[in-house]
Amino acid sequence: MKKMKLVVIGNGMAGIRTLEELLKLAPELYEITVFGAEPYPNYNRILLSPVLAGEQTVDEIILNSIDWYAENGIRLHLGKTVTRIDRTRRQVIAEDGTTEGYDRLLVATGSSPFILPIPGKDLTGVITYRDIQDTQHMIEAARNYRHAVVIGGGLLGLEAANGLKLRGMEVTVIHLADWLLERQLDPVAARLLQQSLEAKGLRFRLATQTTELRANGDGTRVGAVRCKDGSEVPADLVVMAAGIRPNTALAEAAGLACQRGILVNDTLQTFDPRIYAVGECVSHRGTAYGLVAPLFEQARVCANHLAFMGIGRYTGSVTSTKLKVTGIDLFSAGEFMGGEGMEEITLSDPVGGVYKKLVLKDDQLVGACLYGDTADGTWYFKLLREGRKIAELRDSLMFGENNIGDVGHEGHNKAMAMTESDEVCGCNGISKGAIVKAIQEQGLFTLEDVRKCTKASGSCGSCTGLVEQILMNVLGTDYSDAPTKKAVCGCTDHSHDEVRKSIREHHLLSQQEVRQFMEWRTPNGCATCRPALNYYLLSTWPHEAEDDPQSRFINERAHANIQRDGTYSVVPRMWGGLTNPDELRRIADVAEKFKVPTVKLTGGQRIDLLGIRKEDLPAVWKALDMPSGHAYGKSIRTVKTCVGDEHCRFGTQSSMQMGVNLEKMLFGMYSPHKVKLAVSGCPRNCAEAGIKDVGVIGVDSGWEIYVAGNGGIKTEVAQYLCKVKTDEEVREYSAAFLQLYREEGWYLERTVHYVARVGMDVIRQRIVNDAEGRRALYERLLFALQGAPDPWKTSEAAGVDWRQFRPVQLAAVSEGFLP
Amino acid sequence: MSAIDNREDWLAVLMLDEIPVLGARVLEGAVIGPVAVFRTEDQSVYALRDRCPHKGGPLSQGIVHGHRVTCPLHGWNVELESGDAVAPDVGCAGRLSVKVEDGRVYLSKAELAGGA
Ligand SMILES: Cc1cc2nc3c(=O)[nH]c(=O)nc-3n(C[C@H](O)[C@H](O)[C@H](O)COP(=O)(O)OP(=O)(O)OC[C@H]3O[C@@H](n4cnc5c(N)ncnc54)[C@H](O)[C@@H]3O)c2cc1C
Ligand code: HEM
Ligand code: SF4
Ligand code: FES
Repeated sequence: MKKMKLVVIGNGMAGIRTLEELLKLAPELYEITVFGAEPYPNYNRILLSPVLAGEQTVDEIILNSIDWYAENGIRLHLGKTVTRIDRTRRQVIAEDGTTEGYDRLLVATGSSPFILPIPGKDLTGVITYRDIQDTQHMIEAARNYRHAVVIGGGLLGLEAANGLKLRGMEVTVIHLADWLLERQLDPVAARLLQQSLEAKGLRFRLATQTTELRANGDGTRVGAVRCKDGSEVPADLVVMAAGIRPNTALAEAAGLACQRGILVNDTLQTFDPRIYAVGECVSHRGTAYGLVAPLFEQARVCANHLAFMGIGRYTGSVTSTKLKVTGIDLFSAGEFMGGEGMEEITLSDPVGGVYKKLVLKDDQLVGACLYGDTADGTWYFKLLREGRKIAELRDSLMFGENNIGDVGHEGHNKAMAMTESDEVCGCNGISKGAIVKAIQEQGLFTLEDVRKCTKASGSCGSCTGLVEQILMNVLGTDYSDAPTKKAVCGCTDHSHDEVRKSIREHHLLSQQEVRQFMEWRTPNGCATCRPALNYYLLSTWPHEAEDDPQSRFINERAHANIQRDGTYSVVPRMWGGLTNPDELRRIADVAEKFKVPTVKLTGGQRIDLLGIRKEDLPAVWKALDMPSGHAYGKSIRTVKTCVGDEHCRFGTQSSMQMGVNLEKMLFGMYSPHKVKLAVSGCPRNCAEAGIKDVGVIGVDSGWEIYVAGNGGIKTEVAQYLCKVKTDEEVREYSAAFLQLYREEGWYLERTVHYVARVGMDVIRQRIVNDAEGRRALYERLLFALQGAPDPWKTSEAAGVDWRQFRPVQLAAVSEGFLP
Repeated sequence: MSAIDNREDWLAVLMLDEIPVLGARVLEGAVIGPVAVFRTEDQSVYALRDRCPHKGGPLSQGIVHGHRVTCPLHGWNVELESGDAVAPDVGCAGRLSVKVEDGRVYLSKAELAGGA
C-alpha cells in the first residue's frame, strides 16, 4: 500500500514535537516532508536567552539533529519558506518553487515579533528577538557597540536586556505600562523585580511610549530612541520586544478561517479537515498560547488524530511563567491580579526581597504571584489546575507544602539557593548541575524526562519537588501534565480512575480483558501497569478475579524481600508485636540452621532474618511455623502496640489486645501501597500512632482514630478522624477507611496522598457521617478477606509458584536427568 | 557460529512448560555464572546471564512484558533478544543462544562454559 503524505510547514518546536509523538504512535503511516524557513534543524527556542547570556552555545540547544530527520525518513527542506497552499490540488509551494503534495497538512508556523509602526523601524541596528539569527545579531552588536534599548518590559524584553547587559552593553528598557511584566506580576512584585534588575545595572523608563527611531550622525544605523515626552535615549541597537503576532498570513490566503490565530477545534483541525495546525499560530477556544507547555499538549492530541487513533481532545491549558534571569526568582499563574469576588492573601517582606500573593475564589486557588521565593510555585500551580478545594489548607497555604521529603537531599528545599554541586537526589547521587546540564543539552521538558535520563528523583521520589523547581527555573514554565488525568503508564492514555471505573462498571475480570477493552498499546503491559491492573482486579472483584503472580513485583511473588545481593529477608508475623519463648526458640533455631547472617529487630516490632537464599525460603517458612509477616507486600504490614492498661500505670485501654484484633482482622489484606497501624493505650502514645496509616489512641472514654499518617520520606502527621466508644467500632471505622482506600486509591499511592487528593472532608463524610456506607465498606472488606490464605503455610491456595525456588542445576542436567 | 551449528553442542536444560509464561527460571552451575531462561507470552524463549548490566540485579526475578524484562532492583528494562538495556540506559546482560525442540529448551554447552 502506498503511504499517505504528510507535509509540515514550520520546522519549530510545536511542529516537530507533533512528529515525534506521531512517530511513536504510527512510525510507518506517512511519508513526511518538513519545510522550515530557518536554516537550522529544530532547536529549543526557549534557550535562546541562555545563549544570548553566554551560558550556552547554539549547538547545545539543537533538539533534533539533521540525522534525526534522515533516520526517520523525513524529507527536510531547510531555508525554504512556503508561500502558498493550494487546497484544491492539495499542494504546498515554497518561495523557490519547490512543490509537495499532501494528504494531510500540518501548519506550525509559529509567530512573529510585532514591529512598532514608527518612523525608523527599518534602520540598521533595529531588530527583534525570535530566532538564532536575531540572537547572533545581538551578540555581534554587543561586541561593537555600547548603547542598547529594549522596547518592551515583558518576559522576552527583560531576558534580552539581561543578556545584552551581561555582554557588556548599557541597556535601557522602555516600557509602555506602569510596571514591568504587567501580564505576569502585580505592581508590588514588579517593583521588587525592578529593584533587583537595577542592581544588576539595567535602566528603566516606565509608562513611556516610543515615537521614533532616529539615525546616527552619518546615517548608517540607528542612533537614538525618541520618546513621546520629547526625551531621547542613545541607542546603537534597538530590540523590539513588544509582543508577538501569530503567523496566519499563509493560512488566511488559503481561505482557512483565522481570528488572531488559525482557528482549530479540540482535535487541532482547521476548517479544512485535511489540514491541522498546532503551536503559536493557532487560536483554540479564543486563546493563542505563547509558551511551550500548552503547545506540547496540542502536539500530543494532534499526533493522536493524525495517527487515526481518534482519542484525546485538547481542551485548553492553564499556564504558569517564570523569568529565566539568573538570580531572579519569580513565578506567576492564573488570575494573579485578583478582582471582584476574589480574596487575596499576601505576605510581604520587602527587606528580605520576598513577596507572595495568593488569589482565592469560591474556596479554590485561582492565581498566584510569587517573588523572591518560588519554592512552592509548582505546588500552587498544581492546586490551581486541579481546582482543589482548599478550605482545609487555607491556614497553612501561604507557608507552602511542596512535595519535598524531609530527608535525603541535605536539608535543601529551595532549588534556586543550591549551588551547582549540591546534591539533589540522595538516592542516586545526582547534583543540581548535572540535572541542569541534562535539561539543557538533552532537550528535556518533564519530570519523566529527567527521571529517565538522569535517574534523579526516580528512586524514592523524595527530591521530586526540587527537580520540578529546577525544570521550572531552566525552562521558564511548568510542563507537567495535570495530575488529575495522569496516564497509568506509557501503555495507555487512561488514568488510574478511568481504569478502576471500567473494571467496576464492565465487570472486567482479567488483565487481558482490561487491555482489550481499554485499547492498551502493548500486548501484555509493562512492569508499571501489570501490578496495578492485578491489584485493581483483585480488589474490585475479590474471590472472582484470579491473581497473576507474574504481574507482581518479585517480593510479592517470592513472599520475601529481595536484597541488593539477590538474597531475601524473612519477617514472620508477631500479632501486635507479641511473641513467646516457643517462637523465639524456633527463630533462633532457623537462624542457626540456615546460617542467617543478620538477625534484626524491625521498626514494626518484629524480627527480620536477612540474607536467606531463595531456594531456602520454603524450608525456612516451614521451620518457623509462623504466619507470613507480609513485610514484602503492598499490603497490611504491622500493627504496633504499646503495653497498655495490662501493665502500664498510665494505660486507659487494652492496646495490645486491640492491636492483635485489628491485625487478625486485616490479615492478608492487599492495598494500593503498604499499610501500617499502631495502637497506643493512652495519649502518651508510645506506639507512635500519629504517623501511621491508621492510628488508634485509647482515652478514658473510648478510642480516638487518626488516619493518613506516614513516617517515611516526608513525615506526615495523621489526621483526626473521630472518637468511638467500643472495640467493635474501632474495627468497623478502621476497616471502612482502609476499604475506601483499597477501592479508590491509585496503585502505589499511600493513604496520605490518597487523602490529600480526595480531601479529609470526603473521608469524614463517608466514614463518620454515612453510617450505612461505612457498614457496607466494612462488610466488603471482611468479605474480601474471608479465607485469605497464608502464602507461607497454605502456599497452594495463595498461588505461590514453587518452581521459582528450584534453580535448574547444570551438573544434574548434564548427566541427562531431563526426560 | 561453529559451536552453535554442532548438534553435539546443544544441551537440554529443562522442559518449556517448566518455565512460567511471562516468567523465568534460573540455571545454576555454569562457568559463566547463573543464567536466566525467559518465556514470553508468544512462547518465545530467551536466555541471558542473570546479571543486570546496571548493578548485577537478578533479571530472572523481574517482571517480563512483551520481549523485555524489568530488573527487580532499580527498574532497568532489558531486551530479552539481545540482552541490551533499553535507552536511555546503556549496557548489555549478555545473551545466550537458545533452541526449543519437542518442548525441550536447549542451551549451548560452549556458551555456558564461556566459549564461542
Ligand atoms: C527568546 C525566547 C525565549 C522564550 N522563552 C520561553 C520560555 O521560557 N518558556 C516558554 O514556554 N516559552 C518561551 N518562549 C516561547 C516559545 O519559544 C514558543 O512558544 C515556541 O517556540 C513556539 O513554537 P512553535 O512551533 O509554535 O513556533 P516556532 O518555534 O517559532 O516554530 C515555527 C517555525 O516555522 C517557521 N515558519 C514560519 N512560517 C513558515 C513558512 N511559511 N514556511 C516555512 N517555515 C515557516 C519559522 O521560521 C519557525 O522556525 C520563548 C521564545 C523566545 C523567542
Ligand atoms: C520509599 C523510599 C525509597 C525507595 C523506593 C528507594 C529506592 C531506591 C532505589 C530504586 C535505589 C536504586 C537506585 C539506583 O542505584 O539506581 C535506591 C538506592 C539508594 N537509596 Fe533509596 N529508596 C528509598 C528511600 C531512601 C532513603 C530515605 C535513603 C537515604 C536517606 C535512601 C538511600 C539510598 C542509597 C544510599 C542508595 C544507593 C544504594 C546503592 O548504591 O545501590 N533511599 N533506593
Ligand atoms: S501509650 Fe500510654 S498506655 Fe501505652 S505504654 Fe505509653 S504511657 Fe502506657
Ligand atoms: S541492578 Fe538492575 S536495574 Fe539496577
